[in-house]
Amino acid sequence: MGSIIGAMGCSSSVADRRSENVIRAAILIQKWYRFTMARLEMRRRYSLSIFQSIEYADEQDQLQLSNFFTFMLDHCTHPDSVSQIFTSPSAPQVVDEDLCLKEFEKKIDVPDSYYGPRLSFPLTVEDANALLHAFRNEQLLHARYVLQLLSETRRVLKEMPNITHLSTSYSKEITVCGDLHGNLDDLLLIFYKNGLPSEQNRYVFNGDFVDRGKNSMEILIILFAFLLIYPNDLHLNRGNHEDYIMNLRYGFTKEVSKKYKDHWKQILCLLRDVFSWLPLATIIDSKVLILHGGISDTTDLDFLNALERNKLKSLMRPPKSVRNRQDQMKKRIPTTKSSKHIANQHVAGKTQHISSSGFTEPSGSNLPQDPALKEWKQILDILWSDPRSQNGCTPNKCRGGGCYFGPDVTAKLFERYNLKMLIRSHEFKPEGYEISHDGKVITIFSASNYYEEGSNRGAYIKLNPELTPRFVQYQVSKFTRRQNLRERVGTIESSALKSLREKIYAHRSELISAFAQYDINGTGRISVNDWAAAMESVLQLELPWRMLRSQLAQMNPDGEVDFMSCFYDLKMGQPIKEAQPALAETLCRYRKDLEIIFNIIDKDHSGLISLEEFSQTWRLFTSHLGIDIEDDSIDKLVLSIDYNRDGHIDFNEFLEAFHVVHRLEKKATS
Amino acid sequence: MAEEEKRRDGLVAEIEKKITEAFEVFDRESNKTVDGREIGCIVRSLGCFPNEAEVQELLAKVEEPDGFVHLENFLQVMTEVLLDRRFQPIPEDVILHAFEALDGNKCGYITKEDLVKHLTEEGEPFTQEEMEDMLAVALDPETNTLHYRDYRTKLVVDETKTFPFNV
Repeated sequence: MGSIIGAMGCSSSVADRRSENVIRAAILIQKWYRFTMARLEMRRRYSLSIFQSIEYADEQDQLQLSNFFTFMLDHCTHPDSVSQIFTSPSAPQVVDEDLCLKEFEKKIDVPDSYYGPRLSFPLTVEDANALLHAFRNEQLLHARYVLQLLSETRRVLKEMPNITHLSTSYSKEITVCGDLHGNLDDLLLIFYKNGLPSEQNRYVFNGDFVDRGKNSMEILIILFAFLLIYPNDLHLNRGNHEDYIMNLRYGFTKEVSKKYKDHWKQILCLLRDVFSWLPLATIIDSKVLILHGGISDTTDLDFLNALERNKLKSLMRPPKSVRNRQDQMKKRIPTTKSSKHIANQHVAGKTQHISSSGFTEPSGSNLPQDPALKEWKQILDILWSDPRSQNGCTPNKCRGGGCYFGPDVTAKLFERYNLKMLIRSHEFKPEGYEISHDGKVITIFSASNYYEEGSNRGAYIKLNPELTPRFVQYQVSKFTRRQNLRERVGTIESSALKSLREKIYAHRSELISAFAQYDINGTGRISVNDWAAAMESVLQLELPWRMLRSQLAQMNPDGEVDFMSCFYDLKMGQPIKEAQPALAETLCRYRKDLEIIFNIIDKDHSGLISLEEFSQTWRLFTSHLGIDIEDDSIDKLVLSIDYNRDGHIDFNEFLEAFHVVHRLEKKATS
Repeated sequence: MAEEEKRRDGLVAEIEKKITEAFEVFDRESNKTVDGREIGCIVRSLGCFPNEAEVQELLAKVEEPDGFVHLENFLQVMTEVLLDRRFQPIPEDVILHAFEALDGNKCGYITKEDLVKHLTEEGEPFTQEEMEDMLAVALDPETNTLHYRDYRTKLVVDETKTFPFNV
């Protein structure tokens, strides 16, 4: 029982015994407390693990959507085909270089009823303050000012080199911030704690300003405004989410289209340009390299500094020369895409890797010198790579782009360019920052509560002229009383499990057939081992299935899992009789992607698209994914959702039907 | 005999999988290594109920000089622990008796001062953080006392709430 601390004073044996009991009791309580805390910590960890695995799996799935767009654009020859909408000029050519502030002023009227900030260029600190004030009060900046701001930002960014060089010689400290992902509260908190940007208070923002959070637009406006006011003191690096194809999937496009109903296409068009003009990296005192993702063993800073960075609007689509070559390879080598079984569907796309290695080609070195390819790979590497503790440089299979780079790769780069430190972002960190590679690499992540209220802290770095980093952590909270640890873990855990259950539901058919393969006698029960194996192989998520089992499925007294119980508390929003289960499931799985596609098709933002458009899109999408669904089942489905028989579908209503509902979910208070 | 062996092998395989899962949750970089300081957490989440000294003992068997623990070493040691059913948890009512032992006057609650004194000075003392965290949840702020029956019940309810299906 360990050492027993002797009682003091009293010599009576009863008192001795009592104090002995007290000590034993204390030890017991301490043991028990640590036991419950440990289990709490485990729940917290696996919840974060669930969030991260699903996020990375989604990022891989993202390939589907961008491949789909590529597919549509490159292969649709039907004159009435839906792909027209991507190429037809539905908005005036805003990308035109000659468009200036006056043009926007003439073309876009700001009504008197608008009480938001009215910007006048060149911007001053008053304008910035007006913006901060407005956004704190949840006002929107009028589209005209947004467009003017973006146009000016592009003009200023164009003058900047690919790699910005800074010196600490005349300022006190430089503050470096990481991913914000649309969390306005975090940006406001940083400015509150650390002061607004100015000549004496310099900032570097290291990419991923947008997507996921709901105020990506406001963050961009604030950052760009300060950039225009203090172009030498506020610096921005491009992140992998400053990419219009990523934005289609991760929420920024949707945010803009909802906030700016009349001008979103113009705004997004201009933003596409602005993003491509963002610098790629910043170097402080020639010693500290700051970029969004990481490095690879082929990273060439001189090459990066010299290339034309604005040519790459999106990294999700390899340069045309590479796509042509990939298409040729596709024709020669049949892929698994033509599989007719939904059960195999999850294979398609999962192992794709958006690197220069393509489908069957080896990595970079053996390929002939295609300059477009080299440029693409170099930028992909610095925006997507992650550090790892193992030596070497391997493809980043988790993300589908960039590399995992080890301490040896870092050391070599440092030697080559005489560097002392690498500051990067790109990866979620529970404490807001992490130091790796023996102090050489720092990850800084500034979006607190990234997955859920209470999931993590955010942080920023203060770099002094000696280039010693100091970390400041913070966490925004929507509760006035800070939740205790138990409550926080409860919140994170239920949120994580909810996401996981949705994924389970979306793969229902595949899971059932996988389970059935283990259930030889058709009893409906299989061993925990088999259940875990099936879950992992179908969902492709590396999670502690045995530990999660009790939250996901029922077990009988014999220790076997009743596998259908996985689906008990989940169902679709509205039952649609005409839908085959497989079709319904597919719609469920790709609901988010379809939403994006429909929003793009819906030119006049009416929320309606024609039956024809819907059918066509759906057919294209499923044929691209290699899903075999009978033509007439789609037609039946389509007719059943045209409730008022006017030839149009309210797609939001339609998609709502495929939203997974959790029976035990509390009623939303909206 | 062969049947017995097969069953035992099956059991060992199952145990190893459980241990690996728990380990991998803390394996940040998916390289089969965890920080030694997380071992206590892993061991406890596998259902074991060791005290701090026992955790340290276990750690000493598996820790590398750099403070990390490799999965293979941990698997070996931990499988034995689970097979031997070492560090079994104690029943809930024993914890209740422990609280009662600290409640000298048998009034159903313990004052903050007494609680802090016992738990930070005796046995395997709490760190300040641990003490504060417990007080944050357990203490009734108006009376500055811990009503241990309620506290225990609350925790038990929490556990079953998150495990809606019977284990």
